[in-house]
Amino acid sequence: MFRNSIDLLRKDLLLEIRGRESVPAMVLLALSTLVVLHFALGQASLDGELASGALWITILFSATLGIGRLFVSESEDGGMDAVLLSPVDRTAILVAKVCALFTFLVAVQIVIVPAFALLLLGPHLAPALPKLAGILLLTDFAIATVGSLVGAIAVQSRIRDLLAPLLALPLLIPPLIAATHATAGILASGGPAGVPGRWPLIIALYALVFGLLGIALYDNVLDD
Amino acid sequence: MPALPLDTAGRYVAAAYLVFMLILIIYVAIMASRLTRIQKDITVIDEMLKTRDEHAAKAPPLTPESAQQ
Amino acid sequence: MTETRKAPGRGLKRLAILTALTLGTAYGLVFFWTPNEADQGFVQKIFYLHVPMAIVTLGGFILGGIFGFLQLRSGDRKWDLRSYVAIHLSLMLAVGTLITGSIWARASWGHWWVWDEPVLVSFLIVFLLYACYQPLRFSIEDADKQARYASVFAVVAGAFVPLNFAAVRLAQAYTHPRVLGGAQNSMPGSMQLTFLLAIIGMTLLYITLWKFEITSKTTRMQLASIKRRLDSDATGSPA
Repeated sequence: MFRNSIDLLRKDLLLEIRGRESVPAMVLLALSTLVVLHFALGQASLDGELASGALWITILFSATLGIGRLFVSESEDGGMDAVLLSPVDRTAILVAKVCALFTFLVAVQIVIVPAFALLLLGPHLAPALPKLAGILLLTDFAIATVGSLVGAIAVQSRIRDLLAPLLALPLLIPPLIAATHATAGILASGGPAGVPGRWPLIIALYALVFGLLGIALYDNVLDD
Repeated sequence: MPALPLDTAGRYVAAAYLVFMLILIIYVAIMASRLTRIQKDITVIDEMLKTRDEHAAKAPPLTPESAQQ
Repeated sequence: MTETRKAPGRGLKRLAILTALTLGTAYGLVFFWTPNEADQGFVQKIFYLHVPMAIVTLGGFILGGIFGFLQLRSGDRKWDLRSYVAIHLSLMLAVGTLITGSIWARASWGHWWVWDEPVLVSFLIVFLLYACYQPLRFSIEDADKQARYASVFAVVAGAFVPLNFAAVRLAQAYTHPRVLGGAQNSMPGSMQLTFLLAIIGMTLLYITLWKFEITSKTTRMQLASIKRRLDSDATGSPA
């Protein structure tokens, strides 16, 4: 099964590298959001809770873009039929999609986190980076499990580009709550504070629940 | 905040229960319009049955030969 | 294809009468018997409406998820109908919960909305999610697919409800410590009884409306199939 996941993942990544559709769009949206936030908040430098909130808003909005596009290659040109006809376990498809979305999110954040530090963040990024990276990776995983489920549902609808953000945002609020609390301490102006264990735990549990939901439901969710 | 005096408090409580009643009444109204549609459907079916009975009365009974043409 | 179904409206009248009795008694007690609460005064009476509504709404959403799961498992579309009606009714009650909650907030704390009431905030999030249910459903043309994806949504959203409540409550505990103290903590017996009756009444109301709507929809579907059969009889060539 893992071989299938890796092959499918490679397919998605190759499509993205060659087509260059989703990730650049996500990066651009994130950058625009940072600029908008500067003007909307009227601040040149953020720290603590405000910085944390600004960063996560930016990440979430660009994530909804990625979620909406995640299954487009399957829904067009009969791609889904091709995948479903092959003797591949449905769960492998799920795993591949989760990994693909995760990769896109990480790629976006590699650009956006320095941009954020440049444009909006008050305190220095370097001391905060290890803890921040940890929380980012964990939350990316949660966003990926939720997003692959939402993307698979939304792509079946006529109004898929409307539904993807509408479905994803409420579902992502619980991990968002935990992530913002966690990063608020990390981005504090006095230097990164410790992260109480409960926040990463919540994010991890949430990712786990949605992963399990995905596995349980994926047979019903993949179709064309 | 200290408890509101009874007349202002009464208004808020009344408003809340009124909202509840409104929701129920609006629901009843929607269901009533569904019922009207069911009525219309029944009328249409009634008409169809009438035309069918009329045709059956007028047309000669089918024989196996005429049915094959 | 045809199954001998019991007449869909059976028992509806008895249910409705029971609901009227229970709810009538409950709210009669609220206004004529239970004492006013010490701190909040008369405003606390909203509590007997808002909280039962909230509880039934959440139960309804989870019920919708259970029906959705049954739909996925069996493929029998009757479960999808039940899931749809359950979610649709709960959405209605969710709006009611939010409005009555807002009125209560205004009367108790002077603001039309408060972020430190975890129940209210969780409700807003859940409402935003379920508001997507009908647009999602009706934007999928194929009937079987529609049933399937609506059920998937119902299951995911139903699982989300408790998760969301837990997350919001946890967050509130660290940002907005509950200064107000539990309004429910030290309820005298009379209040508890009335409160229980109100919950039962609201639940019965929900079940009555649910059965009512299912009957109405089933009748429509049966009529439509009769119409179709008549149509094909009229236009079909002799066998």
